[in-house]
Parts: sequence; structure tokens; C-alpha cells
Amino acid sequence: MPETKIIIQHRSVNGIASIIDIQGELTAFAEKLLMDTYTTVSTPTTRAILLNFSGLEYMNSSGIGLIVTLLIRVNRQKQRLLAYGLSDHYQHIFRLTRLTDAIQIYASEPEAIMALRTLPNAAEVKPRFQGRK
Amino acid sequence: MSTLPNPAGEQQPRDASAWARRDTHTLRIDSAPSGALNINVDGRQVTSPLQGFGQMWQKTYRLPLQKAGVTPAEIIAAWKIHFDEFWPANSRFFGPLTGIAPGEVALLNLQISGLPLSTGVLVLYADDESFTLMTPQGHVFAGWITFSSYVEDEITVVQIQVLMRASDPIYEFGLRFMAGHRQEDNFWKHTLGQVAKHFSLEGIVTVQTVCVDKKLQWSEAKNVWHNSAVLTVFHTLRTPSRWFRKPQK
Repeated sequence: MPETKIIIQHRSVNGIASIIDIQGELTAFAEKLLMDTYTTVSTPTTRAILLNFSGLEYMNSSGIGLIVTLLIRVNRQKQRLLAYGLSDHYQHIFRLTRLTDAIQIYASEPEAIMALRTLPNAAEVKPRFQGRK
Repeated sequence: MSTLPNPAGEQQPRDASAWARRDTHTLRIDSAPSGALNINVDGRQVTSPLQGFGQMWQKTYRLPLQKAGVTPAEIIAAWKIHFDEFWPANSRFFGPLTGIAPGEVALLNLQISGLPLSTGVLVLYADDESFTLMTPQGHVFAGWITFSSYVEDEITVVQIQVLMRASDPIYEFGLRFMAGHRQEDNFWKHTLGQVAKHFSLEGIVTVQTVCVDKKLQWSEAKNVWHNSAVLTVFHTLRTPSRWFRKPQK
């Protein structure tokens, strides 16, 4: 199996959103790393996931497939998926594959974070997955 | 960073030439190849799994080629050239004259449960070790199919991966209750077997099926108006001369 040439890191924005920084090559071999990172950052209070593509160097069609499956997981948790930092080339691919129908794209991190204001704030979010008493 | 300069002096990633360069989702067919039925492609929009109706599935068909002695690039090069020859009988792929290249549109004339189906695909992505076809409105499913080859544990593997939702309620019913999924599995198993046979090899195809999303997207039920199977049947009924035409292979 070819080695994975990708680095994925994560940061919390304000308790209701997390940023996943993607650097390197997004291909099928990044699946486990990306999904594990999402599992780590997704908490009962998470309302949005921001994908930072400013370090993206290469993406093939399997990489686009990964984003689709991530989107389904995010939607299942009633969260929103946003993206920023895409070059013109990758913005074109997002439009061509019609991912832009479901994922809002922003030019920069501050713009994407500004967009989070439209989301319900942390105080309004009721904890999910409450255990039986 | 793996980049190539483009004519404007800006840096382009190395995958830039592998993706279709289209500014529109709408497909155009300037001239259909001889013998091809072209009624459900021109003017249709391509659809990702997000625009489909049914449950979302990821199906992966793998065929390890023992003692292959061929590289993934050699397999993909041959697959692109002989793509239509590897399909089952009664199914025809009318590829572009320029071959399988990013942005090209191909016509498909298929038989599904004995009924004719005219549809097509866009070559979304193509590099030396893989290529991906994306479906238009009216196709059986909304999504894409990636054909690839790679080396795993020193064994060359050929793989087909489908990420799909049935396009509309009729197709979803067919996939679920009329053995549609099984037919599709057999179709791609046959294709992989033919790829191996081309290199005088054989092997056992494994299938991994994952339901990515169990939910139906009722907002996309309207896709039924584009259903290519229904439109192809209507077209065939209106043109009786086609009833007696034998499929060419």
C-alpha cells in the first residue's frame, strides 16, 4: 500500500466548531486519518466542521469521494460542513462534482468563522446521547 | 510542493490535467457514434451522489492478480483502450474517439432486466493509475465509478469502486427489490474478470459493500422525470424499426 502523504490536524474554534487542517495529498489512503480526526473533533456540542484546504497539494477522485462520505457523517450528526482555503483549481472541482450544492465555500478562515454566527450558539445546544439514569 | 507552472505563471497542482475542465454541469454530444442511441445525454446535467434519491452505497470490487508482472499503469492504459470490450454482452460503451480522457463524454446503451437503456457518462478524472466516470441525470444512479490499479503487498490489484445513490424512486425499487444490486455486482465482477483475462491472468473478485447513508432523499424524487430507462422504452416504442435491430458488439 502506498504511504499516506497527508498531514491532518485539528483545532477547536469556540466550542461549537472545529477546524480540520488538511495538508498534502487527499486520496483514498487518507480515509482512516480523516475519519478518525472527525471522530475526535465531533462532540455532542459540535455544530460545524470547517475543512481548511489551504495546504492541499493533490486530490484525485477518491479524495472527492472521501469528502462526500464525510459530509454524510456530518449531516447525520446535524452538523454543518464548511470549507475554505481552496485554490481556484479545487474550487472548480468542487463545483464540477456539485459538492458546492451541500458545502459552503469561503475564501478565508475569518470568513468561514464569521459564517458560524448563523449557527445556534453553544448555550442553545442541548446535549445529545444522554445516558439512561 | 508538487506543482507545475501554468502558462499564466501561476502554480497548478499536478492533478490539474487529470480533472475535466468544464465550466458547466451540462453535457453536450456533438455527434453520436454510428449505432449508438443518443437520447438521454445531450443537455443533461452530471449528478454526484448528493443529487440522487436512494440510499447511498459504496461498493468496492477488488481483484488481486497473482504473479501479474504488469504495473498498475500498464493495466490502466490497457483498460482505457479496451474499456468497451471488457463489458458484458448486450451492454455497449461508445467511447469518444480521443479515448478516455478528462472531460470527454461517452454514450452507453445497456440492457437492464431485458429493457433497453440509453444513457452516458462524463470522464471526470483520468490519470495513469485510475479514471473516474460520473453519471448524468436519468442514469440508474447518481454518482461516480472509479477504475484503478495499485500494488498491495507486492501484488497488483485491479479495483472498481462505485459511490452511488439510485437516481429516483423507480431505480431505487429496482435496485432493492428486483435484484438490481446483484445485477450490478455481476456486471463489475465480469468486467474485472475480463481485465484479468486480457493479461492472461485470473483471480477471485471480492466485493465490499457499505451503506454510507440509509436515508432516502425525498427532495430528489422529482428526478423520476429524467428516468432514462422509461424514456428509452418510450423512444423504442415510437421507433419500431429499432425492435428488429440486433445489438452490435
